[in-house]
Amino acid sequence: MTTTDEHVEAALQRYGHRADVLLQILVELQARVGWLPSALITRVAHALGLPRARVEGVAGFYSFLHLAPVGRYRVLFSDNIVDQMLGSRALMAQLCDTLWLSPGRVSEDGLVSVDTTSCTGMGDQGPAMLVNGQAIARLDPARVNEICELIRAQRPLDAWPAHYFAIDDNIRRRDALLGSAFVPGDALRAAIALGREGWLAQMQASNLRGRGGAGFTTAVKWQACRDAPGAQKVVVCNADEGEPGTFKDRVLLTRCAHQVIEGMTLAAWAVGAQQGLIYLRGEYCYLRASLEAVLAQRRRAGWLGAGIGGVAGFDFDVEIHLGAGAYVCGEESALLESLEGKRGTPRIRPPFPVTHGYLGRPTVVNNVETLAKCCLIAQHGGPAFAATGTAQSAGTKLLSISGDCARPGVYEYPFGVSIRQVLDDCGAREVQAVQVGGASGVTVAPYEFGRKIAFEDVPTAGAFMVFDATRDIFEVARNFVHFFAHESCGFCTPCRVGTALLRNTLDKLAKGNGSAADLTEIEDLDRLLKQTSHCGLGSSAPNPVIDGLQKFRPAYERHLRNRDFVPAFDLDGALARARQMTGRDDPGAHLDNATEAER
Amino acid sequence: MTEPRKIRLATVSLAGCFGCHMSLLDIDDHLFELAGKVAFDRSPLTDIKRCGPCDIGLIEGGVCNAENVHVLRAFRANCHTLVALGACAVNGGLPAQRNHLDLGRCLTAVFQSRPGMDTGAVPDDPELPLPLDQVHPIHEVVHVDYFLPGCPPSGEAIWAFVSDLLAGRTPRVAHPLLHFD
Amino acid sequence: MSTPHFLLDGLPVPFEEGQTILEAARAAGRYIPHLCWHPEFAPHGSCKLCVVKAAGRYVSSCAMPARAGWEVESDTPALNTRRRTLLQMLFVEGNHFCPACEKSGDCQLQALAYDLEMTTPRFTHFFPDRPVDASHPDVLLDFNRCIYCELCVRASRETDGKAVFALSQRGIHKKLVVNAESGRLADTDFAATDHAAHICPVGVILHKRVGFRTPIGARTYDAAPIRVVAMRTEADDD
Repeated sequence: MTTTDEHVEAALQRYGHRADVLLQILVELQARVGWLPSALITRVAHALGLPRARVEGVAGFYSFLHLAPVGRYRVLFSDNIVDQMLGSRALMAQLCDTLWLSPGRVSEDGLVSVDTTSCTGMGDQGPAMLVNGQAIARLDPARVNEICELIRAQRPLDAWPAHYFAIDDNIRRRDALLGSAFVPGDALRAAIALGREGWLAQMQASNLRGRGGAGFTTAVKWQACRDAPGAQKVVVCNADEGEPGTFKDRVLLTRCAHQVIEGMTLAAWAVGAQQGLIYLRGEYCYLRASLEAVLAQRRRAGWLGAGIGGVAGFDFDVEIHLGAGAYVCGEESALLESLEGKRGTPRIRPPFPVTHGYLGRPTVVNNVETLAKCCLIAQHGGPAFAATGTAQSAGTKLLSISGDCARPGVYEYPFGVSIRQVLDDCGAREVQAVQVGGASGVTVAPYEFGRKIAFEDVPTAGAFMVFDATRDIFEVARNFVHFFAHESCGFCTPCRVGTALLRNTLDKLAKGNGSAADLTEIEDLDRLLKQTSHCGLGSSAPNPVIDGLQKFRPAYERHLRNRDFVPAFDLDGALARARQMTGRDDPGAHLDNATEAER
Repeated sequence: MTEPRKIRLATVSLAGCFGCHMSLLDIDDHLFELAGKVAFDRSPLTDIKRCGPCDIGLIEGGVCNAENVHVLRAFRANCHTLVALGACAVNGGLPAQRNHLDLGRCLTAVFQSRPGMDTGAVPDDPELPLPLDQVHPIHEVVHVDYFLPGCPPSGEAIWAFVSDLLAGRTPRVAHPLLHFD
Repeated sequence: MSTPHFLLDGLPVPFEEGQTILEAARAAGRYIPHLCWHPEFAPHGSCKLCVVKAAGRYVSSCAMPARAGWEVESDTPALNTRRRTLLQMLFVEGNHFCPACEKSGDCQLQALAYDLEMTTPRFTHFFPDRPVDASHPDVLLDFNRCIYCELCVRASRETDGKAVFALSQRGIHKKLVVNAESGRLADTDFAATDHAAHICPVGVILHKRVGFRTPIGARTYDAAPIRVVAMRTEADDD
């Protein structure tokens, strides 16, 4: 038996005795020990010279770190709406019934615990789950039965059938990025030939905007970081693809890892950074080994390390940090906090990361897709890139398409493609709504299907979830609101309490206990969240509800028990003239002025 | 000239201590003024058992059992304006301090584990209203129009509040009359 | 060159470069409500009570640097309604039973609720279960009232050099923890003389045996509302 101390020693050995790798150490210990007992927390705090409470605070923040015992097999069902539509809840019930346990509880023998987790990024091949952090997709009743047997037999995870863990890329449409063959180093060679200034000028000419959702012009970010005082600049790749319904970064990290890392190196070349960090969401930890292999390959080829491309002083290397189940860490300042081994609480801005980022150093944070696109710009020039897409949205966009359609998967389109076109291509029928941009995005109704995917029309980080006529749009929004309440970091009052209140109010409606007053209350909460939240999580949390109440109001009203209204005029009085004319005074000649509820 | 119609007022204490009613009596001389303006319907001050149609209902206390629910609903159905009077009606108050405890354990602790309670059983007389699993402020059960917090609100605050209501002004209680204790 | 200024509810407020809206307003004798902000510490920006509308955008005035020429709205019915809603959220999130709280009358949350005329918690209460920690000989922790302003966290870390407090969990389950494996305050190096022991704006950190030494009715916010007291504190105490 390995003791707690030996585990801690091994983790420290791997990551060093540094406070800023606290999260990585905890992730490692969680994997080794299965949970984080309080003595272990104390031990880690002592070893790193940190207050114990701080370590406990960090461990308590992340969903995949456990301060209380969990099952030796931790089964987490992806709970995004598209997983649910594919039957995830029934499969979870099946697994729980078979193993005689209830969700959220550990089995008495400590063998297994089952729960839900936020979208695991497998919407095109769900229902999906994580077992001890490892992704399994395409679940069905037969596979769930097999999994029950493997758990009962206590078969170690690495002895489970390998095909369980196979994840498909499902690339359905290729364009500039996915359609081109890439020779590692080609883009860098071109950028180095242009010189740092010339390369940045190409980036400016490209009009490339961030693919993570916000759409900030990449070259402006790079320029600001380059111009910021401070020598040790940092390039961070945001691979915390947590937005429900998106998975295109997963595919890029699988298929185009060289482009992504080369993109980071191109950024380093432009801004003068030496250090690169990939923040990989915990759900994608299975990609870590292949990414490490690509990093090693690039070091051997001289595309990472000292004197890249033979240029003296162009030193840059990349390390991978793992997230541990916290959507808010996709927000760039929360991501930086997490990279520093802290709770993923978004920072006060200004100052912005380009001047005060990772460990206070000037830092560029770019999305996976943004970085990969930089290679195209280096290879073919900024103007060529700017010539594609639309005037304000240059280039192509990868969409993660899931939900009610015949061909879910990753589609690459030039910006400006209409939603209708996308729906036709993926084989969607009788579409009631599309959720573009994930839970925080826009609910698009059929009358808007002519709108275009572009920053100036319907912006998106990539998620595209299709709902056909059989779906209840209220339930879709309720799923998203549950997601936000679960993922709120809890820093600011409006988001911490407001998302929980919004969740409770939608649950009230779902139980059939809603009244018109609740809709008013929901709209007031929506406004407060929008106006006063500390970061984008809180301010976008009400989006699905705001859109729903505007475009799919009957879906909400259906859940109201009481919809009283009193007319402004006297109903019985309105019959008086007719009574006079007919001479009638029978009961049928009168109306009761009381409302249904009053009777 | 005809006398102006008297405002009909009902009051009740649900899960409360009658402290708010005591405070209502604390308005001293204003009681005469009040008596001149209002006629009391159901209230501990009258002996009327069921609330009839009223202009104003003042509710003291939160909702802790089935009877509280019936009475509160009857008040809501009959009172044009319903007021939560005092801490317990506003936020559950002292009775709600049991809310983090399991009701079954509370009942066991009171009726089965206490010396002197030798019957050893939780009373099951149908005359007794069953307690709810948690105590709720009244606005969590019915729509409430106005709130006057305080444990209890002072006579002065109650008079200011009721005067506003009677005169048709939006009741406004601010520093130093507004108190939660 | 004249000092730059911005307009706060229509009246000019001068500021120095780098000053936040709230700081400049205070220096000019103008009150903006706040709970997590404290003159001794860097802006925190979590309570959002100090929300103002600056140049058309809602911002935390404690953290937003002032800009010349900005028009800032603060004491308006619309913003005070937002603030009241935030207070209502804080009240239903925890267990705030004022009649039994030793801090009543000295509590900033309560005083702000009085000042903004909050008469109802409005929302459905969460009634969370948060056991108190009475282990320490001199100080009691009643977590039921925590509003997560982190003033104790910051005071202990930055002033006392101890790091007795931290936050754990997240979202609505967020909680204050102390620096001990047992989870008990008595097992930390906390002392009643710590700055952190005197900074809680609400009734979480309470000194034992002094609870009602100052009678109800003779307490900080009985004599004057918080908008008056808050301005006085900075001038007189610091």
